[in-house]
Amino acid sequence: MEPDVLRKMLRDMLLARAFEERAAGEYTKGNISGFLHLYPGEEAVAVGVLHAAEPADYIVSTYREHVHALVRGLPANVVMAELFGKKTGCSGGMGGSMHLFDRERRFMGGYAIVGETFPVATGIAYAIALRELPEAVICFFGDGAVNQGTFHESLNMAALWKLPVLFVCENNHYQIGTEIHRHSAVAEVYKRAGAYHVPARKIDGMDVLAVHRATQEALAQIRSGNGPQFLEFETYRFRGHSMADPGSYRPKVELQAFENEDPVKVVIAETVTYPSAGEIAIAGPDNIERLKGHLDSNGHLSSRQLDAIRIEVAEVVEAAVRFASESPEPTLADAEAALNCNRHGEVLI
Amino acid sequence: MSENVYYWQALNRALDADLAADESVIVLGEDVALYGGSYRVTEGLYAKYGEWRLRDTPISEGSFTGLGVGAALVGLRPVVEIMTINFALLAMDAIINMAAKIPFMSGGQFPMPLVVRMPGGVAKQLAAQHSQRLEQMLMNVPGLRIAVPATPQDAYWQLRQAIRSDEPIIILEHESLYFTQGSLDVSLEAPPMHRAQVSRQGNDLTIVTYSRMLDLSLRSAEQLAEKGIGAEVIDLRSLRPLDWETCTASLEKTRRLLVVEEDSRFAGAGAEIVAGLTERCFYYLDAPPQRVAGLEMPTPFNAALEAASIPRVADIVDAAEKLCADSQIKDKG
Ligand SMILES: Cc1ncc(C[n+]2csc(CCOP(=O)(O)OP(=O)(O)O)c2C)c(N)n1
Ligand SMILES: [Mg+2]
Repeated sequence: MEPDVLRKMLRDMLLARAFEERAAGEYTKGNISGFLHLYPGEEAVAVGVLHAAEPADYIVSTYREHVHALVRGLPANVVMAELFGKKTGCSGGMGGSMHLFDRERRFMGGYAIVGETFPVATGIAYAIALRELPEAVICFFGDGAVNQGTFHESLNMAALWKLPVLFVCENNHYQIGTEIHRHSAVAEVYKRAGAYHVPARKIDGMDVLAVHRATQEALAQIRSGNGPQFLEFETYRFRGHSMADPGSYRPKVELQAFENEDPVKVVIAETVTYPSAGEIAIAGPDNIERLKGHLDSNGHLSSRQLDAIRIEVAEVVEAAVRFASESPEPTLADAEAALNCNRHGEVLI
Repeated sequence: MSENVYYWQALNRALDADLAADESVIVLGEDVALYGGSYRVTEGLYAKYGEWRLRDTPISEGSFTGLGVGAALVGLRPVVEIMTINFALLAMDAIINMAAKIPFMSGGQFPMPLVVRMPGGVAKQLAAQHSQRLEQMLMNVPGLRIAVPATPQDAYWQLRQAIRSDEPIIILEHESLYFTQGSLDVSLEAPPMHRAQVSRQGNDLTIVTYSRMLDLSLRSAEQLAEKGIGAEVIDLRSLRPLDWETCTASLEKTRRLLVVEEDSRFAGAGAEIVAGLTERCFYYLDAPPQRVAGLEMPTPFNAALEAASIPRVADIVDAAEKLCADSQIKDKG
């Protein structure tokens, strides 16, 4: 792994964490309202997957998509402004937290009805295949979404017509309050893809390098015309389902176990050359072995560089909140314009 | 004996009563059991009745609602909770093609004691996909009944009546009503499920409304009273069938009709209400019936636009004043 790529991934993970925690803060202050689904704990998936994607690939995501958007390159300003419902937001203040869109970056939207991403991604892939382009679609979804009919219907079509879709399951073990063994007869999600002969693997979603590698391999397969691929990333959300959910149905030991593997801390541990004793303590006992391994090899990042990233990321988030606060509200005319955006001036009655 | 409860608590009491009274009553839905329901409606019931009576389902609206249809065919009385009406779009085949059709197309052989409970409406910045009012879609389905309780008392009564009915019934709740309070007396005898209720008396115009818009209409009526306009407010309580009698009786007195609905105006519930009442009352209306309705657009996320996209008290008061001013009528005083 190239050191600068690694540094960029670390930076994106830190940005993701800082952005989401700040969004939570702004929600508590009343600057953001509605459903707010946050991503802390799952950063390694978005960062690993999207760093393996090309700019020409398409992304289709769910309502838990702020970080997918940020890593894809949407400026934090326009994402935060959308969370605030402002005119300068990436969806003009019409969509909000669950509906981030950016056509230019091929960020094809956050969809809030569970199971919608499958057919949308499959349709985009159909267009790519028909035009014989070297592009792919990355379709994000949760463990709870695979019990929706669209999952099965879309996987079947994608496999049947060898469409270039990478199905990415963010398995955080919960469908709101229902644990995976209580919602799925087959809890190894990737095995379901086998029913449609879609090559599928299960990967540690707390390990950004493993996520990145698996995604590169899967995308290479897709680009060589072999049809869809499926990756299940096992991960965990540290917060409740949304800001409205305290998440108290989850056993403390479970939360603790995953917090010990916090992907952000793990990556820091993997990249910093000489971590302090304090940093080792923060990373938790599970990571000490990994750290030790790295101490012997050449480091990629000094503590000072890490501090610089932290400062940069904090500034980006601060600026985003300022931008969002100071931005104007959309007007009713803006809403009408969005509704009629495809009318091209045609005048109806 | 009357007590003050939340709307969700009234629904909870109703479910508890019928789960206890009849072993064939089951409750199905996402997070209804262990979690106690997204809006607390099923809180405490899982511990009491166990997993076969309260079932947490996967996110499979089409199939768990269809499962409810199958279970109803052979004598269970399923209460399917769909987290919000927006997700019921995935269950429309089960509701419209199955539940509403099987009793009829079997030549009347089968009961369909299925209840589908779900909230609709605009809550607070949940954006376009989560803020829909789809009652008009269900209203156009012969074979279905739709109750729209606006108060805890009606929520209790109508849910219990729906569970005991052999017909498929939609209980259309509202996300913004669950945490409103009102009195509940479980010992009172319920009126028929489809009967409308005159919630406030007045002589100058009749406001016909339902669900969350009842509260706004009552508040508007208060402001109108200060301006010397007496608004009669009718809470429909049921959208299919519609209680024409209660409405026509009121219109005979007031001669002016204002319908207040949260859904979009075009082909919304209000269109049927106005058409039906115009057919019945045309000759004694003093002015063209009016509607206060939502704007013709998906719900914007932005807070101010969202608020502007559905009726507000000021809109209702304004429309009522215009309606009373425009009609060149004799002073009824
Ligand atoms: C069709 C549909 N049913 C129900 C919901 C309500 N809902 C929103 S998120 C969610 C759980 C989804 O779980 P999962 O797919 O595992 O994604 P996660 O939130 O864990 O990332 C549910 C039930 C919905 N949005 N759409
Ligand atoms: Mg999940």
